[in-house]
Amino acid sequence: MTVPVLELKDVTKTYRVGQGFMKPKATLTAVGGVSLTVARGEVHALVGESGSGKSTLAKLLLGLIAPTSGEIRIDGVPIGQTDRREVARRIQPVFQDPYSSLNPRKSVADLVALPLVAHGIGSSAERQAKVAEMLDAVGLPRRVIDAYPNQLSGGQRQRVAIARALVMRPDVLICDEPTSALDVSVQAQILNLLMDLKREFRLTYFFISHNLAVVEHLADRVAVMYLGRIVEERGREGLFGAPAHPYSRALLDSVLTPDPDLGMPEAGISGAFPNPIAPPSGCTFHPRCPQATERCSREAPASVAFADGFATCHNAGPALALAG
Amino acid sequence: MALLEVDRLTIDIPTEAGLLHAVGGVSFTLERGETLAIVGESGSGKSLTSLALMDLLPSRAIRKAATLRFDGIDLMAAGERQKEDLRGDRMAMIFQEPMTSLNPAYTIGDQLTEALRRHRTVSAKAARERAVHLLERVGITAAASRLGQYPHQLSGGLRQRVMIAMGLMCEPDLIIADEPTTALDVTIQAQILRLLRDLQQEFGMALILVTHDLGVVARVATKVAVMYAGRLVETGTVREVFGAPSHPYTRGLLRSIPVPGRTRPGEPLGTIPGQVPGLVGDVFGCAFRNRCDHAAEACAGAIPERLLGGNHRMACILETVGSPQ
Repeated sequence: MTVPVLELKDVTKTYRVGQGFMKPKATLTAVGGVSLTVARGEVHALVGESGSGKSTLAKLLLGLIAPTSGEIRIDGVPIGQTDRREVARRIQPVFQDPYSSLNPRKSVADLVALPLVAHGIGSSAERQAKVAEMLDAVGLPRRVIDAYPNQLSGGQRQRVAIARALVMRPDVLICDEPTSALDVSVQAQILNLLMDLKREFRLTYFFISHNLAVVEHLADRVAVMYLGRIVEERGREGLFGAPAHPYSRALLDSVLTPDPDLGMPEAGISGAFPNPIAPPSGCTFHPRCPQATERCSREAPASVAFADGFATCHNAGPALALAG
Repeated sequence: MALLEVDRLTIDIPTEAGLLHAVGGVSFTLERGETLAIVGESGSGKSLTSLALMDLLPSRAIRKAATLRFDGIDLMAAGERQKEDLRGDRMAMIFQEPMTSLNPAYTIGDQLTEALRRHRTVSAKAARERAVHLLERVGITAAASRLGQYPHQLSGGLRQRVMIAMGLMCEPDLIIADEPTTALDVTIQAQILRLLRDLQQEFGMALILVTHDLGVVARVATKVAVMYAGRLVETGTVREVFGAPSHPYTRGLLRSIPVPGRTRPGEPLGTIPGQVPGLVGDVFGCAFRNRCDHAAEACAGAIPERLLGGNHRMACILETVGSPQ
């Protein structure tokens, strides 16, 4: 069996948060018991509402923060035993907002070359050559090499951010909402570029997004996160064709395709996202769940295996579940 | 008589390089109970258009219009006092960025009740009751206890819902919402859009929705105006525009979004090459011609607005009418 490029085993990240002056600190579980396997060459998407822990999980994968418990492996080697520089070489981020993720006082050449400088790779001339090569790869004209971010459009800035992420020739890109700050026509260009680059550089993407239409377009596998936990993890066709968890279904029902005959979806879950410091008992989704039973408030559900993944729900339906 | 009549609205902004023609002759009407979506990308002038209706443009911007009339009131001629009486009472605006449009120094309760107390003779108690009622309607739990909180104590989603409740306080005849759900999660977006639709039916409000999200437009609006480089390039009912998108820009926009069931996963999405042209100085011809596959010599001349049938209009010389996508 091939070793997965990324593997998370029961990863938990908790924070101690102050509740106010003279009050005891409480524990916030940002990421709770997450186990995931990302195979080389796939696009693994992570979806969920804000506050679900998506970005904390991204920081854990980038090695920016350490898990409270559990283990993250890159190519089978625990991240804690890997040199931080090595982690940074192999896993690079592309962030949401190319307006705030690029230093406005650095030229494009400096921005793209920065990882090379930080890692002490190559002579000045070699770095310049690499920068030019990356600009070509992301479809930026060479003349922008001396430009500053404020002289570029949003789409061009995101191309610079992608060039910077690729210059170290990483294995994995962690894309955190890479197109949600862009206009729709520019979004299409960046998504097409990401798909082209994936083939060209044989990349693996961990793709965080709240845009489910984009996820359905790009992803091979999808993990749905709710309150720090993965509630369903399936192949694309399984999740979008027959979602098993009520939360996944609620997310899919909220997607507004441009079809005027459909009108607004009537169903839906109530909007109150629970307080992560005092999560609901049993299944943490039960207060919002249209199918919740008395058992759901009492007992945390176990995972139900499907042929293409799992769902963590009492009512995921063993009849629906295939032997996994 | 239409609730809102806009005829040949232009907005020019003086810059160091010359006059920027941000909005170049926008015309539409809106009836009570209708929802008009103004769709466009950054820089299309859609937000400026909505600000111009409320006379909230930056002071250096030059607003002109042949007609700008709200319920028979000539907004071009109205005095400051008259406009103040309309704003927040009969015309309300829901802004995109709740962090910058809420005052950090006042409680939610103060800001919610301010407009109602300014425009109506109501007791503080009645105003607070209405505020609590509307906070509950926009899906905020423990609404009464929120009134004493400050904007920084609320999450982004909650702040946006407070903004929406604030816009509804005086039961306005017209609500202008600029990307009201762009920053929200999909589940909350659906909830807010349902709420706006329900309240609209309940009170017969007219709604102008400024957005770049074609899914939101299709599901919520009755009429659509597609805006490009300061001009309306295609207008019509939602069914007309989405059923037979005709202007090359509208068609390009619709091709660029992934649509489950229509686009094949992993296949390249349609793109619109090139960039939005500069709008400083003399602007002539079709602004989209440098990005258009169908561009011809005539595109540099005057582009007449043509009726394609029903209410469906476009500003393009193309003879062929679009087919369903």
